[in-house]
Amino acid sequence: MNRALRRAPLYTALVLVALFALLPMYIMVITSFKPPAEALISRMWELPSSLSFSAWERGFAILRPYLINSFALAIPATLLSSLVGSINGYIFAMWRFKGSEIVFNALLLGMFIPYQIVLIPLVQTLNTIGLFNTIPGLVLTHVIYGIPITTLIFRNFYARIPMEIIEASQIDGAGLLGTYRRVALPLSLPGFVVVGIWQFTQIWNEFLWAVTITSAGQRPVMVALQNISGSQIVEFDLQMAAALQAALPTLIIYVLLGRYFVRGLLAGAVKG
Amino acid sequence: MAQTTGVGVAGSDAGTESAHSPIVRKPRSPWARRFERYLPILLLLPSILAMGIFVYGFIAWTGWVSVSNWTTFVRDLSFGGFDALFSDFRFLSGLRNVIVFTVLFVGASVVIGLSLAMLLDRDPWGAPIWRNLFLFPLAISFVVTGVVWQWLFNPRAGINLVLDRLGTETLPMWYVSTEIIPGWRWGQIDVAIPVALVAVVIAAVWQMSGFAMAIYLAGLQGVSDDLREAARVDGASEGQIYRRVILPMLLPMTITIVIVLGHISLKTFDLIYVMTGPGTGYVTDVPAVYMYESTFRANQFARGAAISVVLLVLVVALMAPAVWARNRTEEAASE
Repeated sequence: MNRALRRAPLYTALVLVALFALLPMYIMVITSFKPPAEALISRMWELPSSLSFSAWERGFAILRPYLINSFALAIPATLLSSLVGSINGYIFAMWRFKGSEIVFNALLLGMFIPYQIVLIPLVQTLNTIGLFNTIPGLVLTHVIYGIPITTLIFRNFYARIPMEIIEASQIDGAGLLGTYRRVALPLSLPGFVVVGIWQFTQIWNEFLWAVTITSAGQRPVMVALQNISGSQIVEFDLQMAAALQAALPTLIIYVLLGRYFVRGLLAGAVKG
Repeated sequence: MAQTTGVGVAGSDAGTESAHSPIVRKPRSPWARRFERYLPILLLLPSILAMGIFVYGFIAWTGWVSVSNWTTFVRDLSFGGFDALFSDFRFLSGLRNVIVFTVLFVGASVVIGLSLAMLLDRDPWGAPIWRNLFLFPLAISFVVTGVVWQWLFNPRAGINLVLDRLGTETLPMWYVSTEIIPGWRWGQIDVAIPVALVAVVIAAVWQMSGFAMAIYLAGLQGVSDDLREAARVDGASEGQIYRRVILPMLLPMTITIVIVLGHISLKTFDLIYVMTGPGTGYVTDVPAVYMYESTFRANQFARGAAISVVLLVLVVALMAPAVWARNRTEEAASE
């Protein structure tokens, strides 16, 4: 039996799984480009007879303000939480002190709690400080609950920088901050890319905080999408176009920088 | 690559400066030295305080709310909320559902993830392309997943159109089904598998099984070619190599996957909320959805808090043995 034939089952399995993986994408893409008359659920699998941007336009008209909200949320929250994670990770990797492992593990546990357990106090606290139903309130929430994962990824990242470099910098008389600025930070770009992509994706896709902390005009795009899909009167093609539009920013990032996304995925799962 | 050159540059930079440094260095006052010593903790303090308040403080706060009987104005301390919960049909259904969901979802993800990793480990043509294809759903929100799969599993559309074309006699009702595969009776509820959950499990597996694959692939890379070669020389078949050599080495990966996917699954909210809601007779309800509706729709704060306490206990019950097992396997590996 020749090699190609022997490997046929392997490729058959791969193609079948790939079809399963692409199934929702197929439906979203073809439906969103259908002329409204063809967007019937009974003809769901059929390709459009002609290209139409009607669903895209109607979807975007509804989602636009919420897409803007999501960018106004995800960009500052990603930058801030990356910065916090970088400083924390740097200290935990290179300036260990008595009890730093315990502190690190205590911070890390915050990653695994079901967020429902903090939801009621969080809403009350944000209400008290006047940040309830605001984008800055959501930013604050994401920065705080992002501390464990960003700290973990950056700690593992800095742990790979040889200690000798730090020691050399210390012999130079540079302190903790000087070493951070002159040695650690310039080496941090890959770390920032991994953490930044991870946090942006998580924050963009998040739903529980978004739906509890914001309402009406302050809502991020995922809550707006849920409202569209929950409504009986919204057309099927518009729902698919809106879903695709809401997914597009993180999908584009994945296509361009998937390598770094996977690194974040593994870094978050494997404790260093 | 960029990283190694970066290290090199910084290293040589530091090296040239250090030759002059003894002359340049300023004497430091004792106060400045003490400040330097506490600086690490000082810089961590905002994060420590934030986590102390927003995680540990808030957990205690929720714990207090859960025994406070707080609905709108009246507050008094009692564990009545928990008593009520465990005789509440909706809560018990949700508890059963989330456990069934977790077992099916994590089990299926582990099996599919491992199979995919083993397929890609055989080095097919275009391995990175396949891998990226299987991983991309991870970059998508559960909300988007829920919206699309809701249509795919709509009994009058999607998958059923295909099944109908293929000549299936009785089309499945998917998430609309109220059927429950019989188990045994426990108080008010059937400890059994609601058929409606299967549709949600498939959607969740679509989204997350790539995660299991990625973890297993990372684990398989750790199994050196030398080890496989040695096993082959010893006369082991490919099947035996997988069973006897590789699978045992992947145990820590399996535990990691169970921890990560298990805790995501137990607190699952968005997928259910978007795709099905609580369902007829609560066949697709989960505690997180009940918690949200109790707290933010019905102002039943004590009940919402009590549900979230149960959720925390569930997550701890999953993670404590898993983390213990992982530490044990790690110790065994390092010995």
